[in-house]
Amino acid sequence: MLSVPLVVGASFAYLLLLVAVAAFGDARARQRRSVIGNAWVYALSMAVYCTAWTYYGSVGRAAGSGVWFLPIYLGPTLAMLLAWSVLRKMIRIAKAYRITSIADFIASRYGKSPLLAGTVTLITVVGIVPYIALQLKAVASGYALMTTPLGTPLAAPQAWWHDSTFYFALALAGFTVLFGARHLDHSEKHEGMVAAMAFESVVKLLAFVTVGVFVCWGLFDGPADLFARARAVPELNALLHLTQRPGQKFAYEQWFALSLLAMLSVIFLPRQFQMMVVENVEERHLKRAAWLFPLYLLLINLFVLPIALGGLLHFGRGGMDADSFVLSLPLSQGQGALALLVFIGGLSAATGMVIVEATAVSTMVCNDLVMPMLLRTRRFGSRAGGDLSRLLLGIRASAIVAILLLGYAYFAIAGEAYALVSIGLISFAAVAQFAPAMLAGLYWKGGTRNAAFTGLLLGFALWAYTLMLPSVAKSGWLPAGYLNDGPWGIALLKPEQLLGLTGLDNLTHALFWSLLANVGAFVAVSLWRPPTAREASQALLFVDGFQSPAAGPVFWRGRAQVRELLPLAGRLLGAARAQQLFGDYARQRGVAGIAQIPADAQLVQFVETQLAGAIGSASARVMVAAAVEEEALGLDDVMRILDEASQVRAANEKLQSLDRLKDDFMSSVTHELRTPLTSIRALSELMEDDPDMPPAQRAQFLHIITGETERLGRLVNQVLDLAKIEAGHAQWSISDVDLRALLEHALQTTAEMFRKRGAVALLDAPAAVPSLALDADRMTQVLLNLLSNAAKFLPAEGGRVDLRLRERPTGLRIEIEDNGSGIPADQQALIFERFRQGGDSTNRPQGTGLGLPISRQIVEHFGGTLSVRSVPGQGACFTVDLPWQAATTTTGDNR
Amino acid sequence: MSQRILIADDEPNILISLEYLMKREGYEVSLARDGEEALAALAEHRPALVLLDVMMPKKSGLEVCQALRADEALKDTLVLMLTAKGRETDIAKGLGSGADAYMTKPFSTKELVRKVREMLEARA
Repeated sequence: MLSVPLVVGASFAYLLLLVAVAAFGDARARQRRSVIGNAWVYALSMAVYCTAWTYYGSVGRAAGSGVWFLPIYLGPTLAMLLAWSVLRKMIRIAKAYRITSIADFIASRYGKSPLLAGTVTLITVVGIVPYIALQLKAVASGYALMTTPLGTPLAAPQAWWHDSTFYFALALAGFTVLFGARHLDHSEKHEGMVAAMAFESVVKLLAFVTVGVFVCWGLFDGPADLFARARAVPELNALLHLTQRPGQKFAYEQWFALSLLAMLSVIFLPRQFQMMVVENVEERHLKRAAWLFPLYLLLINLFVLPIALGGLLHFGRGGMDADSFVLSLPLSQGQGALALLVFIGGLSAATGMVIVEATAVSTMVCNDLVMPMLLRTRRFGSRAGGDLSRLLLGIRASAIVAILLLGYAYFAIAGEAYALVSIGLISFAAVAQFAPAMLAGLYWKGGTRNAAFTGLLLGFALWAYTLMLPSVAKSGWLPAGYLNDGPWGIALLKPEQLLGLTGLDNLTHALFWSLLANVGAFVAVSLWRPPTAREASQALLFVDGFQSPAAGPVFWRGRAQVRELLPLAGRLLGAARAQQLFGDYARQRGVAGIAQIPADAQLVQFVETQLAGAIGSASARVMVAAAVEEEALGLDDVMRILDEASQVRAANEKLQSLDRLKDDFMSSVTHELRTPLTSIRALSELMEDDPDMPPAQRAQFLHIITGETERLGRLVNQVLDLAKIEAGHAQWSISDVDLRALLEHALQTTAEMFRKRGAVALLDAPAAVPSLALDADRMTQVLLNLLSNAAKFLPAEGGRVDLRLRERPTGLRIEIEDNGSGIPADQQALIFERFRQGGDSTNRPQGTGLGLPISRQIVEHFGGTLSVRSVPGQGACFTVDLPWQAATTTTGDNR
Repeated sequence: MSQRILIADDEPNILISLEYLMKREGYEVSLARDGEEALAALAEHRPALVLLDVMMPKKSGLEVCQALRADEALKDTLVLMLTAKGRETDIAKGLGSGADAYMTKPFSTKELVRKVREMLEARA
């Protein structure tokens, strides 16, 4: 037994330390040197999942039924496997639309519905208050055990004004206000709270592991000894097996139900949503937390079974309440200091849960229950003036105190009636009702507000009927007869064997019915009526939530004015903060000042999102709608806006890629211009420096300079030519052209060039071909380019070029085949790109690298194609196909 | 003792002018027309300095420079990159690959000569 002042003093010292940690976290956040910006703190803060129930109750559960404490931790581990897809999506959406609670998330998804937000909040409050009561009870019984001599009966409950637990609840409320409702953060982030929670997670883990080590090695000779002794006792040996009695069937369905329940709870409990989604600093932290958090759960469960068995061996079955083994075992050995550490660990588990849960629930109560009502009154209504930001904090603080008092009241009335674990599971089953609306909302666009509402309501009703009411009845406040015979004697309505469903434990039974009704109603009502415009637009934003919201569509139309939106933001966020936000927004939009901000859909969306951070999306919608004139959107409007947005996005992407192309093109042109300029400048300077240069040397240099100048001239002409054709500014003079005559002319022009290289060029064409509508000069340009290309790669001796003209059903075909070096397969596509010349460095001919791209543009302008086939070493054959009906609409002309 | 300079460029006319320039300044000169030739010439002639064009076939100047810095026997060779690409990122890439200095084409022959002399004297 420890003295009361010592226990109370240590507890308060611990709570003050917690406040110091939080203050440190907040201070560092203000200096922009956040202490919570890493995956370790994030994962540890998730461990707020482990409450006093874990701390005391797991041992109790293990002492009663062996491994059945495990599903509660297997579920979260499984859930974290899905974290990267599901949680990350939730985090991204919540960040984009400043969603700060699970009620807000569901309401926002189904058209920012105040009705849904309120419903979710009410379910949460009903489901969570018993859970808070459980934490108070855990601390109260721990305290009683610590301050009463071991073995004597604990003092009877006292009237509330004498009850230390009442004052503890009040103190906790005070701390919670300090953590969670001291200042109105626009994104509902509480860095100090997160830091404190991570700290608490470390404390409770250390304390639990310490007592585990003490039991294993202090009371026994290590785990081997402990387990060996337990196996010797048949009763305890049974705990080490999946089934406790021989011949008993393992209850797979119950194991599955418990795991599923825990899996859903770890995501949808308000405190988990707060820590995992709202307080998340960076998405990537999730990656490491996905294994750190399960590792934490593994560590904190490592000694559950040893402590349970140790307690049972030490005290004998029924000798001591198994829920408090962690305290009674050290106390029985006179280990006061260890017991105090364990008590502090339990305190950290309880306070962590209460602080975060009350903060999260108070946000929901304020935004989704109180604000909608206030906004309907004339005094605070949307048209009224006045700063509401102080009021918001007041509401939140009151909500926190109210929740804690409700928790205390529940504890005082019902606290002695339940085992710890059952209350926790009842709460879990309540929040599991959010799963269908949440998960379907993330992945299915067909869900509607009415469907979510019906599902939630039915699921909640069945939860209350099959789980909550029976537990109340078992406490003796309702006649137990209705449990055994059904209300009015109707057996089919028996709450724990509804419609004659037997063979399941009550939790699995309740979960089955409530989730079945919930999912069934959700799907049925969704399919019954298609989503409205507002539901459909939110569905698009959520289901496609991995796309960037900045580029996303804005589903709003109407008239807004900055001079109305700015004061509105000021009322809820404070005038200074609103000015700052609008100023930042003006800069982001690239306008001079707040007055110049275009009052368009984007601005309305911006203001609404900012307000959503402060009062929830449903209330923000109501306030914005009242401040601006908006047009109702139809479903087809939504689809059109979506369509426009995706078109704008596509156009932007195209512009960006064009920009990149242009940049590459300019860089290439620059390179091509600089290279000849380099030779020209260097050689000119050399001649300038040396007036006595030998004439032969001078003549060689001058010859090079002339050649390079010609090359520059050619390049400039071709760049301009290509630019003109591509931009559609080229002049085309179309006439009926006899291709045979054109080919003959081209051969005459190049005859001298081939003769110099000792090569022959031969024409093979029908006597007459139908004429085509072409630009004769441009076609000649193509032919000359292809012929001179062929000439460049011909062998030194025996070079031969075949020029063929063929009539085909679809049009005329020109082939220019040489017996030159050919083109490697990997270069055959490249040679049509700009500045990609064929050939290797040693014999790369002089050229600009633009001839083939220009030729192809010209051929394509007439609806034709220019292609090449080649076997390296055996020459290349270029083919021009021209259709009968020249379609002169391609290649960007006439734009 | 006159020092040896390797000139690596795929433009024959630039090779002609630089060869003339460097010989006039009293250096011994080797030539290479692509990246692979450049590496072979480096190994064979062990020049004190190499004028390295960036855009060369087979191996770019950047690759040659990296290979040279990775080679125990050659890593002390001075590298003066020459390029017709003058963007900031191109210069950063050149220096990133281990070049000692960088010049953009077209350059003044006087400046080039001064730079080469400075580099060689600083080494000596």
